[in-house]
Amino acid sequence: MAGTTDYSPAMAIQWCPGCGNFGILTAMRRALVELGLEPSQVLMVSGIGQAGKFPHYLHSHVLNELHGRPIPAAQAAKIANHELTVIAFSGDGDGYGEGGNHFISAITRNVNLTYLVHNNQVYGLTKGQASPTSDFGFVTKTTPKGAWEPLRPLALAVACDCSFVARGFSADIEHLTDIIKSGIQHNGFSLIEVLQPCVSFNHQNTYDWYRERIYRLGRDYDPKDRINAFAKALEWGERIPIGIIYQKDRPVYEDQLEAIKDEPLVKQRLDPTQFEPLLNEFM
Amino acid sequence: MAAEINFMIGGEAGQGVQTIGFILAKALSRAGLHVFADQDYESRVRGGHNFYRVRASDSELQALSEQLDVLIAIDQNTIENHHGEVKEDGVAIFDHDKLKVAGKKLNSLSIPLENLAEKITSNKLMANSVAIGAAIAVGGYAFELLDKVLKEQFAHLGKYVVDSNVKAAKAGYDHAIQSKSEYIRKPIKSIKLNHRILLNGNEAIALGAMAAGCQFIAAYPMTPASSIMEYIAEKAREFNIVAIQPEDEIAAINMAIGAGFAGIRAMTATSGDGFALMTEGYGLAGATETPVVIVIGQRPGPAVGLPTRTEQGELAFAVYGGSGEFPRAVLAPRSIEDAFYVTVKAFNLAEQYQIPVVILTDHHLASSYQTVNRFDLQKVKIDRGQLIPDKEAKNMTEYKRHKFTDSGISPRLIPMPGRSLVVTDSDEHDEAGHMIEDAGIRTRMMIKRMKKIDGLRNEIASPRSHSRPNAKITLIGWGSTYGAIIEAALMLEYDRLSVNVLQLNELWPFPALAVTSALTKAKINIVIENNATGQLSQLIRAETGIKPTGNILKFDGRPFSPSYIVKEVKRQVA
Repeated sequence: MAGTTDYSPAMAIQWCPGCGNFGILTAMRRALVELGLEPSQVLMVSGIGQAGKFPHYLHSHVLNELHGRPIPAAQAAKIANHELTVIAFSGDGDGYGEGGNHFISAITRNVNLTYLVHNNQVYGLTKGQASPTSDFGFVTKTTPKGAWEPLRPLALAVACDCSFVARGFSADIEHLTDIIKSGIQHNGFSLIEVLQPCVSFNHQNTYDWYRERIYRLGRDYDPKDRINAFAKALEWGERIPIGIIYQKDRPVYEDQLEAIKDEPLVKQRLDPTQFEPLLNEFM
Repeated sequence: MAAEINFMIGGEAGQGVQTIGFILAKALSRAGLHVFADQDYESRVRGGHNFYRVRASDSELQALSEQLDVLIAIDQNTIENHHGEVKEDGVAIFDHDKLKVAGKKLNSLSIPLENLAEKITSNKLMANSVAIGAAIAVGGYAFELLDKVLKEQFAHLGKYVVDSNVKAAKAGYDHAIQSKSEYIRKPIKSIKLNHRILLNGNEAIALGAMAAGCQFIAAYPMTPASSIMEYIAEKAREFNIVAIQPEDEIAAINMAIGAGFAGIRAMTATSGDGFALMTEGYGLAGATETPVVIVIGQRPGPAVGLPTRTEQGELAFAVYGGSGEFPRAVLAPRSIEDAFYVTVKAFNLAEQYQIPVVILTDHHLASSYQTVNRFDLQKVKIDRGQLIPDKEAKNMTEYKRHKFTDSGISPRLIPMPGRSLVVTDSDEHDEAGHMIEDAGIRTRMMIKRMKKIDGLRNEIASPRSHSRPNAKITLIGWGSTYGAIIEAALMLEYDRLSVNVLQLNELWPFPALAVTSALTKAKINIVIENNATGQLSQLIRAETGIKPTGNILKFDGRPFSPSYIVKEVKRQVA
């Protein structure tokens, strides 16, 4: 059985001291250990941005992709070898901006993988520009008069009938660990947005700002009620809910594939001569 | 002297021109002839003017002829646009009551296409089947030849459709025979071709990919590449292949890369404009050393250009495209048969060198049909390169995905549970795959990656040459123009002008030695390309220092015909 030390950083961590990503790292490490997953059972696929560096700070198979593109590669890798637990990582810029089209399609395709979007409402790696989720009026170098209306990604996900939609807070590690575990265990595409303060470039949405607003969804909340979930997904401002917002069992893409019914594609033998009957069709 | 017959069927989109054109090609192939066929169509679903050409001969064919023996006109545009192509002893088949030939010199045979269709099947749309029956009669063939092909082609639409089409075709056939027309020919003698298949370039690429062990294709529909994915998707279930139509071309290439990283053979297919969206992923495959095969079906650009026409405008794009510098291979099949074997080679090179490999085809090759030797599946060898075998993988404690080696190739481990960890990054990385900023490691990693070109260069086959030792002229082409150029060379020879031909099908890394040696032999070197700027010509200059003496460039969206090349060569050497 793997312990948390098996998931120690594979290289020196480059995040700023106090970065919200540290909490996510701790929660992820705990979730993997508690689920009994060995590093070699896990493939992490990430984009570019501070969240893109995340897989290097654990131990697993890693494909650090282009900006905005982890999701297409993660889906294909899962289809190629569904014995791997696939987890993908983006930031708000990577996942909701550059990769927006992939995000929507991944929701509808519903490949069984977990997608963590580290949302700090600002671009960190490129040093402080507005992101798709920056609050209205948020002043940055690229939005000197303030950012325009933000995207509500979780509402978009519920609208697209995403099979698992959750939100966590990087400073609430215990809660986040449980959410990550639920997401990995869920059969289908699991979106987990993690609110994660950027201590260097976002002085508006700080740890305190989030703490004042965040509340955990209670036991009486029913994540199967889509209309209610849509309302919860839109809730932002005075109060911000965290927890599993929406969950629905939907057909999983690769479960419908005849090609991988018996064994993963990657383990199948290749035989050129099996195509002789196809040539007959051209005679 | 070779015997041949050339047909053209013309009509509006939606009149079934393509369907009956293909049936005619298939019937003539079954009659034991060599066949070459292609379609010329507009980017629309109904109306406009489309035509399908079928050439059949008792000797091998690589191109189309511009001279017609039989013109089958379903609409007036066909007569207006093509009457001049009908030979003096050729004939046009159409309904004299419906279409007019006013003022044009044209032999004709009237067949009431629509009336017969309506009378026999109560459906005017069957006029195309009536026409094909008449065409087979004029060619001198027995109806049975057509009967069988019609039944096969319409089988999936049910018995009623099959019977109606057969009846309509028989009516057209009988009407033509009863006319006792002087234009009914003696059939070209069958040459008993065994092991021949009739297919188009995209089908050859799809079959090549499947035979090579491709288990995954992600492609966004775009003419002229769409039918590669469509064919594989149709057969996917039977052969355990996954075919995905993703949200865009960017997703397509990143999916193929994800599948390649996970350890299976994967591809994507698009046109030049789709590849424009993929260039970011092209570089990712280069940086992460992930095998991927990309088919670019060229069509005239820039931007959307002419979607249903042909061009060779993406050679430089494939060779130089992408941010930064990374090794890649660019292959351009010269014929339908070549497309199959080149595709197999593309998958092997991609894994042996852990690089992106481009197959550069074009609309002309993609959609032309030709009878070719049945592909030899025994000859298909799958070489997965330096893949660490299961046994060794189990005992490995620390794996370095990008290990420095003399060849630049790092042994590849497939990420699996119970194995060493496989790590790679689009950021510059160290041997273990983790991101770095160190100048020394960066330099060594670039050298390691680029070193792979040395080995790759030795894999590139010499261009196909048609040598005439005393010829002062060499014609140089690449990819799909081979058929037209080689036929032009034979025509020039008939006119006592001897020429060599050098046709490149494996273009990058550039076979500089072979090209230099061929070009220094002749005084006149003419590069023939379906583009406006002479991209091969520029590549020859850059890679060999030789400036070709002339160019024949065509960028009207139409393929070269042999006679066009003959005329241009004669003009340039006069």
